[in-house]
Amino acid sequence: MVPIGHYLFLSAALLGIGIVGVVTRRNVIIILMSVELILNAVNINLIAFSRLVGSVEGQIFAIFIITDAAAEAAVGLGIIIAFFRNRETVLADEMDILKW
Amino acid sequence: MLDLVVFYFFAALTVISAILVVTRRNVVHSAIFLATALLATAGIFLSLHAEFLFIVQIIVYTGGITVLYVFVIMLVNLDVALHQVQFNRQWLVALLLTIVLGAQVVVALALSRGSLYTLPPAPLSSLEPNTEQVAWSLFHTYMLPFELASVLLLVAMIGAVVMSKKRV
Repeated sequence: MVPIGHYLFLSAALLGIGIVGVVTRRNVIIILMSVELILNAVNINLIAFSRLVGSVEGQIFAIFIITDAAAEAAVGLGIIIAFFRNRETVLADEMDILKW
Repeated sequence: MLDLVVFYFFAALTVISAILVVTRRNVVHSAIFLATALLATAGIFLSLHAEFLFIVQIIVYTGGITVLYVFVIMLVNLDVALHQVQFNRQWLVALLLTIVLGAQVVVALALSRGSLYTLPPAPLSSLEPNTEQVAWSLFHTYMLPFELASVLLLVAMIGAVVMSKKRV
């Protein structure tokens, strides 16, 4: 078996890439995609430890995280569509109606 | 040996696609690379003997979520947005944040290196048959969270419909 450290490093790399995407990109759709990448990093960790421990519970948690990601994508994209109807933009730094 | 080769192949595919998701200018290209990254992650799951999650990852993520993204891109596609600045002014902060976080993770992993690389994995038979064990655990131990997840999905569905209605 591949040592578990390899999986942890892959997961950390995905997390870093996702955080860079969330913080630097202006397009809201790509920000949501980066959130999906972060959730995937979590799933890799959970499943790697599930394999190490020999218990299936990590995979159960990964299933719940996938459910959560689907719900988050549906609601988030709905919000993007509603906002685009009102303001004609998908750029995060132009969504400043609530700014003081 | 073979599992190392398989792991490195899928890991490289995942990381390269993820970098392309974050850096591409065109949103549609990002969506395609997101699909590639998620499929490669499915390969990683398979190499960890999580067969049920391998299928779920392909059906839910690649078949469902990515298609949802592509539909939304079609609905809000802005040719103007292609020619605007794609990155905001916080990139320096982001770089700093990621370097600090990455250093923390690497240090933590390096400190626990001895245990991480010598821990013997559980015998493979403890995870087989995978789908049956997942179902057993899901419908016995985790019955209540499972039902709560279904309520969450219902709420998300109603929320998505209400959000994207013409007149709220």
